[in-house]
Amino acid sequence: MTWVTSLLSVAAMSLTHGASPHSARVELNGVSKRFLTPSGDVFTAIQDVTFAVEPGQFCALVGPTGCGKSTSLSLVSGLDKPSSGTVSVGGTAVDGIADGVSFMFQTDALLPWKSVLANVALGPIFRGASKREAQASARDWLRRVGLAGFEDRYPHQLSGGMRKRVAMAAALINEPRILIMDEPFGALDVQTKAIMSNELLALWEQVRCSVIFITHDLDEAVALADRVVVMTSSPGTVKDIYDIDLPRPRGDVQEIRFQPRFVELQRQIWRSLRDEVERAYAATAGVPA
Amino acid sequence: MNDQHPSASGVAENAVFESSAASMTGGPSPLPDLAAGTRTNLASKLRWQGRFKVWGGQLLLAVVIIGGWQWFTAEHWVDPFTYGQPTGIVHRLYTLFRDGTAFGSYPEQILVTLQEAVYGFLIGAAAGILMGVSLGTNRYLSSVISPYIKVVNAIPRIVLGSIFVVAFGFGITGKMLLAAVLVFFVVFFNAFQGVREVDPNVIANARVLGAKPLHIIRHVTLPSAMTWIIASLHTAFGFAIVGALVAEILGSEKGLGLVITTAQGTFDADGVFAVMLTVAVITLVAEFILTRLERRLLAWRPQSRSDAPAI
Ligand SMILES: Nc1ncnc2c1ncn2[C@@H]1O[C@H](COP(=O)(O)OP(=O)(O)OP(=O)(O)O)[C@@H](O)[C@H]1O
Ligand SMILES: [Mg+2]
Repeated sequence: MTWVTSLLSVAAMSLTHGASPHSARVELNGVSKRFLTPSGDVFTAIQDVTFAVEPGQFCALVGPTGCGKSTSLSLVSGLDKPSSGTVSVGGTAVDGIADGVSFMFQTDALLPWKSVLANVALGPIFRGASKREAQASARDWLRRVGLAGFEDRYPHQLSGGMRKRVAMAAALINEPRILIMDEPFGALDVQTKAIMSNELLALWEQVRCSVIFITHDLDEAVALADRVVVMTSSPGTVKDIYDIDLPRPRGDVQEIRFQPRFVELQRQIWRSLRDEVERAYAATAGVPA
Repeated sequence: MNDQHPSASGVAENAVFESSAASMTGGPSPLPDLAAGTRTNLASKLRWQGRFKVWGGQLLLAVVIIGGWQWFTAEHWVDPFTYGQPTGIVHRLYTLFRDGTAFGSYPEQILVTLQEAVYGFLIGAAAGILMGVSLGTNRYLSSVISPYIKVVNAIPRIVLGSIFVVAFGFGITGKMLLAAVLVFFVVFFNAFQGVREVDPNVIANARVLGAKPLHIIRHVTLPSAMTWIIASLHTAFGFAIVGALVAEILGSEKGLGLVITTAQGTFDADGVFAVMLTVAVITLVAEFILTRLERRLLAWRPQSRSDAPAI
């Protein structure tokens, strides 16, 4: 009986947290990142990137492959340091792992030797919660992402879509002020992607953290985001920023794409992105641009 | 499981008799092949037939080798005095258990050697894991210490047995230490490599979730390196037994190694083979226990299709 009440109180707690404004502003100012290649040359991955994400805003980052999207976001999370420029989260400059930032990686980053429940419970345990609290909270988050009943499975026993849900629960359980998602649904089929996008929107409307979301899918970017940042081909810099004025709640992402305003915005952004994609393709294919 | 025994003990013995370190630096021992390919339940019957065929072949091979040995020595084409004889070995084993040795009962000798090997194994494995994980996670430490480990690894370590006899006398301490030293290097190199193979992405994920360095070692590095470490433990136990035996041969007052030197001194080939048989049984039992441990610790690994409990 006691675990039921504790579970309910945990659920209530995280819901009230979600209702209160629990987000932060992200600001990149003239940020560049250079790498030293094995041959000793300097490679500029991103150059003078400047954009901001307002508190509680959903921002999509699009750009051709290799333009430095993942690199930019590793700077926001504090996993890496910029070579020049400043990154700030909630008004303070990022130095080391930024507090209140969760990161859903481009590739699977679940621990294969831990059960689904233990994977989701990692965040609270790292932050000093007791095992019992952490597991109660993890159970609650697994229920919210629709994975109740799968607590004891290992990641390899889940489908790709289910693993993404686990990663989502593991990221949200820390109640981040900023959620970074690097092509979270890139490897999923179109239907599953649509379902996951809807669920992400529903969860986000409860939690209301700021989100930075990398995608190659413009439909997805426009359907989900308040702001779309278009990056140029490598070395990446910000080309255009579009504010998406589609009303919220957006409802079904499959439906919204037939609205005239959606089509108009999508076309605008595609025109901006197309040149960069072609330039990036020419560069990697070795064809003179 | 059957397939692993010969390779594991074989590696151990070869490396020591060559008493060269090169074979130990050659990287990790291969992991047991779990991905045996895709098989359906329908093939289960065929698989059992295949299994019986293998068992039949194995039995036949044993009969041919042991029977041939017995036959050749019985006919005196091969000298049974020098090369022993299967029935003689079994009889010698029986008398060893019945009459004991000049320095105590035979089970007592087994226990002494087992004690040295097991303690040596535990000490060596613990030290190997500790050093492997420390050096694997700390680049500075590994740059400073690596050259020394390489130098020590290049020394034929069996010779240390003589020093231990001088230092610790005929008691079990020196034997334990030699076993531990042999085990240490096998486990160390595997643990080190295992730590280096940890997916950096998974570590980054743990860091963003708020993990402190000790959290990362406990929840990420160690479990990830465990596949490598466990694989090395199979070989390592063989090394522990060999270390204990060799140290006993170099100088001791009890143990299976002493039984071997005594048998050698009396030109008792059957006696040497009888001890070898005893050691083989011990190694097989240890191998069995380690395999159980491996199954438990690595239960999270995807099984091959044929093992997965599908309906
Ligand atoms: N550690 C590194 N050392 C050297 N170069 C790197 C490093 N990390 C990234 N790069 C380079 O920086 C550029 C940007 O990489 P990044 O992963 O940020 O691209 P991306 O925009 O996320 O691409 P994709 O959409 O394909 O994921 C690439 O050209 C990559 O080769
Ligand atoms: Mg990327």
